[in-house]
Amino acid sequence: MQELIQQLINGITWGSIYALIALGYTMVYGVLKLINFAHSDVYMVGAFAGYYSAHWLGIAENPSVPKAILVMLISMIVCSCLGVIIERLAYKPLRKSSRLTALITAIGVSLLLENGGQLVFGADPKFFPQLIEGQEIWSKSGIVISNLQLIALIASLTLMGILQLFVYKTRTGKAMRAVSYNIQVASLMGISTDKIITITFAIGSALAGAAGVLVGLNNPKIDPIMGLLPGLKAFVAAVLGGIGNIPGAMLGGLIIGVAEVMTVGYLSSTFRDAIAFGILIAILIFRPAGILGKSTTEKV
Amino acid sequence: MPIENNVILELKDVDVYYGAIQALKGISLSIKQGEIVTMIGANGAGKSTTLNTISGLNRPKKGNLFFKGQTIDRTPPHRIVELGISQVPEGRRIFANLSVLENLELGAYIRRDRHKVKQDLEKIFTLFPRLKERVKQNAGTLSGGEQQMLSIGRALMSNPQVLLLDEPSLGLAPMLVKSIFKALEEINREGTTILLVEQNAYMALNLAHRGYVMETGKIVLEDQAKNLLNNQKVKEAYLGG
Repeated sequence: MQELIQQLINGITWGSIYALIALGYTMVYGVLKLINFAHSDVYMVGAFAGYYSAHWLGIAENPSVPKAILVMLISMIVCSCLGVIIERLAYKPLRKSSRLTALITAIGVSLLLENGGQLVFGADPKFFPQLIEGQEIWSKSGIVISNLQLIALIASLTLMGILQLFVYKTRTGKAMRAVSYNIQVASLMGISTDKIITITFAIGSALAGAAGVLVGLNNPKIDPIMGLLPGLKAFVAAVLGGIGNIPGAMLGGLIIGVAEVMTVGYLSSTFRDAIAFGILIAILIFRPAGILGKSTTEKV
Repeated sequence: MPIENNVILELKDVDVYYGAIQALKGISLSIKQGEIVTMIGANGAGKSTTLNTISGLNRPKKGNLFFKGQTIDRTPPHRIVELGISQVPEGRRIFANLSVLENLELGAYIRRDRHKVKQDLEKIFTLFPRLKERVKQNAGTLSGGEQQMLSIGRALMSNPQVLLLDEPSLGLAPMLVKSIFKALEEINREGTTILLVEQNAYMALNLAHRGYVMETGKIVLEDQAKNLLNNQKVKEAYLGG
């Protein structure tokens, strides 16, 4: 029982990070109907932005929570700019092209970032500085929770909460939902769809940047291709929840995180990466629209 | 010519292509302030393409569009709405995942005058009382007629000078069509210029001041609406003999 609870806690922590990344996939898919494969590499850049800013600011020598938050904010800003630049340079010129063209471009951008990352950051793994000193804050009856886990969880939930408020309570959020429902009709409302797409990329990428720093805190080895696997799993999470659906991405992320940790805990760590893709195959066979996704019907 | 001053919307020799296919072949039309003008024609004649070109969703390959004398050929769709042209698209196209109120609010997306927006919202509820009863409801749960009312209400929320409507009678029961057309008459009386695309030629020509008949991307006839109602060719082709 204790083990189960412990695994659940670990799973939710990882899951909340997957959820942060999955949100970027799902939001971009919502407005552009594009799977932005470069998103996982934006997350990688987020981790490196955290690494370098922590060193430049001298935070690594003198860890504290406010400084960690500062590093996370810097990383979010860097990623958000990167996301907007990618959209402007790579996707915007293809707005009128077929979806396949855009998809292939996304894979190209992803490869560019991974290999460019190896060139700029070096191919060797780097060790993410300890922004906060890790300690156990709860250790009773065999269940251990570290402050880093708790921070990852609180930070992800806070960001998701802010996103939810933004999407459902603000004018821009409403416009974003309109664009994701039907981009052409949204433009007939006087919504500048290009502006909304830019904002979507900025927010999605900022969340990936935050995820990069949170992963760095919990799992300090970072390298330029670190985005590949978590990115794919976050993509599975987005599909599982219903691609284009924001609460769905959060739910999908948590499920994937818990499923993965449980698999390692109770089956074998060999299956660690297989489980996410097993879930993807199952969901595509049995419920392609995802858990919260709706197959849309239209009255004529 | 003094009449020119009165013209609010004008198309001059407009060609539009979808890839290699030419959808509009030299369309010219002009609409005066305060008029109701209708475009009738069969499926695929280019009526919706004309409206979408005015709205900026299609770009003309040749020819010009003018709104109050200003060219709008290259103006993006959201700027067209800001200028004062609003469209009720074919098939309603309401945001089914949003509430009725949110749909109407999106219609007023470009406006900052909150007080006036509130007044206009009340005006729309007077025009379509059924929308008020369902204001919190998800728009996707509305009936077809209610969705059409919502689509018109949404377009009006931008406070347009010109309202473009694409087949508002499509798929609606005759009673509902009547009440929708009555609403259009009222909207026009309040000063909004209307360009109405319809397959229901009889209803449309009875409502409109003037009409254009389109066939395969061209305007083949243009006259006062009552003359078109009595035109032998129009009778045979669109009014059932």
